[in-house]
Amino acid sequence: MASVEPVLPPMSERSNILRWARKNLFGSWYDAILTILGAWIAYWALSGLLTWVFTVAEWKVIVVNMRLLMIGQYPLEQAWRLWVWLALLVFLSGNSLAIWGRGSRYAIALLLLPVVLAFVFPFGDEPRKWLVILTVTGLAGWGIGRTSPEVLKRSVIAGWVISLPIIILLTRGLSESETGFLPDVRTNLWGGLLLTFLLTVVGIMFSFPIGVLLALGRRSELPIIRWFSVGYIELVRGVPLISILFMMSLMLPLFLPDGWTVDRVIRAMVAITLFSAAYLAENVRGGLQAIPKGQYEAAEALGLSGAQTMIFIILPQALRLIIPILVGQFIAVFKDTSLVAIVGLLDLLGMGKTVLAQPEFLGLQREVYVFISLIFWVLSYGMSYLSQQLEARLGVGIR
Amino acid sequence: MADEPIIKVQAVHKWYGNFHALKGISMDVKKGEVIVIFGPSGSGKSTFIRMLNRLEDHQRGRIVVDGIEMSHDVRNIEQIRSETGMVFQQFNLFPHLTVMQNIILAPIQVRKWTKQKAEEVAMQLLERVGIPEQAKKFPGQLSGGQQQRVAIARSLAMQPKIMLFDEPTSALDPEMIKEVLDVMTELAKSGMTILAVTHEMGFARAVADRMFFFDNGEIVEQGSPEQIFNSPKEDRTKLFLSQILRH
Repeated sequence: MASVEPVLPPMSERSNILRWARKNLFGSWYDAILTILGAWIAYWALSGLLTWVFTVAEWKVIVVNMRLLMIGQYPLEQAWRLWVWLALLVFLSGNSLAIWGRGSRYAIALLLLPVVLAFVFPFGDEPRKWLVILTVTGLAGWGIGRTSPEVLKRSVIAGWVISLPIIILLTRGLSESETGFLPDVRTNLWGGLLLTFLLTVVGIMFSFPIGVLLALGRRSELPIIRWFSVGYIELVRGVPLISILFMMSLMLPLFLPDGWTVDRVIRAMVAITLFSAAYLAENVRGGLQAIPKGQYEAAEALGLSGAQTMIFIILPQALRLIIPILVGQFIAVFKDTSLVAIVGLLDLLGMGKTVLAQPEFLGLQREVYVFISLIFWVLSYGMSYLSQQLEARLGVGIR
Repeated sequence: MADEPIIKVQAVHKWYGNFHALKGISMDVKKGEVIVIFGPSGSGKSTFIRMLNRLEDHQRGRIVVDGIEMSHDVRNIEQIRSETGMVFQQFNLFPHLTVMQNIILAPIQVRKWTKQKAEEVAMQLLERVGIPEQAKKFPGQLSGGQQQRVAIARSLAMQPKIMLFDEPTSALDPEMIKEVLDVMTELAKSGMTILAVTHEMGFARAVADRMFFFDNGEIVEQGSPEQIFNSPKEDRTKLFLSQILRH
């Protein structure tokens, strides 16, 4: 007679807090000492920080200079253009969260963030109005995305692709005359987080394809292409970004014919792009090397050409493998943009320094730098979080 | 005309550095023939079969596949590759694509079929290899035997005239070998020209028209399965067969 095996439930991972604490925090007298010491250090650091944040720090410097830190000298009467593209981005984010994200509660919390910010912090009326609009467009995008995710996928991707030209167009303006539709806003008025954001996005968007081409070039069988790629990559990687920025801003005018000028912001964008491309190329090459030879052989045996093999078989796998490295590189680009302050551009950090140079805000370095760091951290962590989501999403079906 | 061989190999040599891997191999294969190639590892049998679609190049001799001379000309190579399907020991499915996408990629990109036509053909092929319900899965979600059957369907989708099998069952768990051999047997009986490197002697006995024993970069012996199994002429063939048939 067959005996019936009792079906054992999986061992419960849960236990009450006290048992958890006894096991993990007070397992031995040695652990106990470490726990108490750690708790004391944490309390000491945290209480100091919180006391400073809530009683000592003079956040007025941030409130007064919020506009400078966010958009620099960008004319206030044209600032609606920036809000419009921000709304577009939030709308697309809402779409994307609905289509690809997991957990609607989390998505809604994220989309409600602008409204929360608007009422917790002392913004003026105009920004408050726009923050509410942002939330509305975000939720609208989320709602629309929910209705037919499969149908919308392509248009949302297309939306992201065309968003960069739209952003640049809206920020830069169309007509030369001051009275025309979307009057020109010169790049020397761009500043603060706006400038940091644009430098980063342009740097990433342009360095990525160049980096992929350089990586492929380095593996090319044609010697000229290979040597050019190797030479470029090794030359640029051997030089600090700051010296490329200096080259671009000081040396370039010497080489250009008289009367030719290249916009300072564009020069910085080119420098960042060229610099980042060299690093990306090596990252992509690492991914390419990880693809087994059998994949090339299978593609060739099916009659696919070399270019088709790359586009459909090798690159999709290689890029997927290196998502964490790519995002690391993108975060590095984001933070490296703060170096443009040295060549006289007023990005977020440069603007912070300018603010501190005003006599009435002397001695408030801590407030300004903590605020700037916080912005850098929030955005970097956001990128990192997105990449983890992307990895989880694309992990399906991988070996 | 009907007797004109679809594959002509004449005195082909191949070196890896100083190592003489293939020493003057000649073989003619007629349309619809099923050829089984076997021999110890390092005998050059995989190198030989991989030359027939130029995954390896040959350094001396001539190879003509379906009237096309194998040369450095890329157009010739691509034409030959689209006429020959190949199935690998390690399956080599594309892990980032679903089963369906694996199968329709080459017909759409190389043969320029519409997606609809390619998907119809793919579905028929998946039914032929017995796994139509797996179309939307990724290769990593299938068993080894199922993956190899997808690989066969992927090759067949290009409607090749010749199918090359390079040890198709060597990486499979024992219980999955039969399902792959059944598909290969069905294919052989349908009139496909097949060259298979394999040690599955049951398969060879059942469907092979001729068998070739490779050792040391040479064809040591060839003949029908009865000749090879019942009265091998060469001592090396006898020894090798006794080794692989003993267990």
